This record gives sequence, C-alpha cells and structure tokens, in this order.
Amino acid sequence: MFDISPAEWTAVLLSLKVGLVATLVATPFGIAIAWLLARYHFWGKSLVDAVIYLPLVLPPVVTGYLLLLTFGRKGLVGGWLADHLGIVFAFRWTGAALACGIMSFPLLVRPIRLSIEAVDRRLEQAASTLGAAPWKVFLTVTLPLALPGVLAGMVLGFAKAIGEFGATITFVSNIPGETQTISAAIYTLTQVPDGDAAALRLVGVSIVISMIALVTSEWFARRATQRMHGT
Amino acid sequence: MLRVDIFKKLGDFTVDVKFVGEGRVTGLFGSSGAGKTSLVNMIAGLLKPDRGFIAVGDEVLDDTLAGIHVPPHRRRIGYVFQDARLFPHLSVSQNLHYGRRMNGVAHDSAHQDRVVDLLDIGKLLTRRTGQLSGGERQRVALGRALLMQPQLLLLDEPLGSLDSARKAEILPYLIRLRDEGGVPMVYVSHDPRELRQLAAQVVVIRRGRVAAFGDAESVLADVAPQFAD
Repeated sequence: MFDISPAEWTAVLLSLKVGLVATLVATPFGIAIAWLLARYHFWGKSLVDAVIYLPLVLPPVVTGYLLLLTFGRKGLVGGWLADHLGIVFAFRWTGAALACGIMSFPLLVRPIRLSIEAVDRRLEQAASTLGAAPWKVFLTVTLPLALPGVLAGMVLGFAKAIGEFGATITFVSNIPGETQTISAAIYTLTQVPDGDAAALRLVGVSIVISMIALVTSEWFARRATQRMHGT
Repeated sequence: MLRVDIFKKLGDFTVDVKFVGEGRVTGLFGSSGAGKTSLVNMIAGLLKPDRGFIAVGDEVLDDTLAGIHVPPHRRRIGYVFQDARLFPHLSVSQNLHYGRRMNGVAHDSAHQDRVVDLLDIGKLLTRRTGQLSGGERQRVALGRALLMQPQLLLLDEPLGSLDSARKAEILPYLIRLRDEGGVPMVYVSHDPRELRQLAAQVVVIRRGRVAAFGDAESVLADVAPQFAD
C-alpha cells in the first residue's frame, strides 16, 4: 500500500512546496497585520478584520474565482505583474501558493494576534527605557515573547494550505506536476476506475504530514512557553 | 541636577509638580495614588506632560513650549521598576547587557565587574530569570539599569514588593550604589525609613501636588513624625 508511484510523489512534493512557500511568504505579512490589529485603533479596522476573515466564510470556489479575476493573465493585478515584473500566477504552482496563502491567512493571523495581545506592555516600556527604539523593542521583546503564537499560526496555516482544494482548483486548475496538489490528486483518483488504492495511499500520506505538523507545533509551543516564563 | 516643572491631566486626577533636585539622591515621598509613578514615568519619557519642562543637567528632555519631547529610548535614564520587569526570554546575563547593547555602549569589563560586585550578582549570571528570588530580581534589574551607564537612575519603590527581611537585604546595596555608583538617583517610596537612610532631599507628593520639599530629616519629621528617631 505504501508503494508510492512517481506521479503520486510529484503531487506530495508539490503540496509540500506550495504549503511551505505559502506559509513562509504569508508569515511576515501575518505578523505585520496581527501587530496592527493587536496594538492600534485606526479608521477602518473592523473592515480590515472582516476582509482577512472573509476567506474563512466565503465558499472557496468564490475566493478562487475572485483570484482568477484579479490575478489571472488578464486580471487587473495579474496583468500588471506579468507585464512589469514577469510574475505569473495563472495555472502555475505560484498561483496555487497564492490561493493557499490567502485561504490560510485567517488561521495564520489569529494566534499571532492573540499572542501579541498577551505580551506584557510593561516589558516593552522597560526595553524602551533601556534604550531600545520601537522597532528594536518589537524585534527583541515583543516578537520573541509572541513566538509560541507565531509558530502555532504557521503550523495551522501550513496545515490549511496543504489541504486547500476549492480555491486552488478554481484558480489554477488541476495540472499534474504544476498545480495538482495532494487534494487535487486524490479528487482526480476518485473520479477514475481503479483509482482507489492510489487515493488511499495519498490519504495516508496527508494524514502523516498533518500529524507531523501538529506534533512539531506542540513541541515548539511547549518550548516557547517555557521561555516565556523564564525557566 | 534634575529640574521638573510639569502639569498632566490623567482623567479626574492632575499632576502639577515643580522641584529642583540636587545632590545624589532625591526622594519622592507620598502614599499610593499620590501621583509618584506618573511623575517618574514623565521623567523617564513614558508619559508626556501636557505642559511643562523636564531637564537633567543641561539636557532638556521635555519642553512643551519649545515642542521638545525626547522619547524614552534616547533619554539614557535607567528605570528600576517595583516589579523588576526582567525579560523572561533572556538569561540574567543577557538581561544585564540588554541596555548596554541597545545603547551601543562598548563592552567594558571593568565597569561590568564593578556593577556585578557591587550588587553581588556574579553567581546568578547563567540563571534564567524564573529561578530568581524577589530580592535577586531587583538586584539584577538594578544592574541592568546601571550597565547602560545612565545619566540618572529612577527607582520606583524598588523594595515595595519585598518583605522586610528582603528589604534589609537590598538596602545596603542601594546605599553602596549611592556612595560608589556616581549616578544621581530619584528614589520613590512611601516608607519614610528608607528615605531617611538614602535621600538627602525629599519631595513630598500629595494628591498630585508638592506638599513639602527640603532636606530629608526635617521634611520627614514634619510629615511622618511617628518615624522620627
């Protein structure tokens, strides 16, 4: 049963690549947004909040279609990026990463925001009296103390990204070797005769990947919590 | 020399304080809620006065008329909080060097050795902050503030959260610091006995105003005669 074919491996590795790139690219944005939402009150804050959470409540197909309209070759943003920077999302693995990044963004942001809100502001004050400029306070005190939340957000985001299906398949289709992730491959296998064994193998692989992600995040979270209590 | 002449409205409460502190230690005396911490936060730059003026020596830190407000990280004022506020994710040694590193002060091992000896914290350096007692935490917080080579040291009830045995343990270090440290200090307390031991001058703060100001013995004899010798 675990005799995985090269085609299946391609889907597994592509999923890992898409999930990792989506998570790594989204994390700095996620930290910045989480920090803004945790620390500042500004005009339109609830709108920003709503837009970030939108992918969680919209049908994934709708998000995928909106991505196609915006980031497709003829889309407003997609056309500009292709013409000026040579970045193409449509029907490429990069488009899959974009779709996964946006779909997983709410799950990434939320734990980071909560952990930034939990950082003791008095420690930040102490750091500023010790000569740390605001950005240094953020890098040397706020961010390290919020690390458990950042890691939790990254793992949740990665798990969501690797399982994303609806928005990805709508935006970049289901091209083996380019945009066919594990989920899309399983879907395809269930549509053909004699695909059951291969589908089950991929199901097994995705369970293993998810378990490893969860156990790793638990371990990081425990270590980070210990650091936070200074023991 | 510390010159303070500030006004600040905080909800229904106002702080309106004027004094000139000279000498090594200026004591700020008052009950809790009198506005001592707000005043100290303004000296540190954590709180911005509505009106007024703060200067340490020749350096103007706040002057609302001239539009000057130096942010806390450029004031070079060491602040020792009642609750120490050590960084839990750093070791004792990393805590001690934090201010020095942030200020770009070169590592001066002679100065470090002096501070470590003065506060007797040499054997704590490799510990995590969670493993320290209350008195040890305060000594490390003092060391952290001293190692950045501040031009002024603010001590806001540094013994406030300690029991009397721990207070007796720390007080000699503070006296040594006053006599050997060479850094002017503002010492906040609601305990006249601490102030009599440490401060030359005392400012008495009551409901956000200066109720009395002068040399420690006579001022404290007036406002807290029950503690006089």
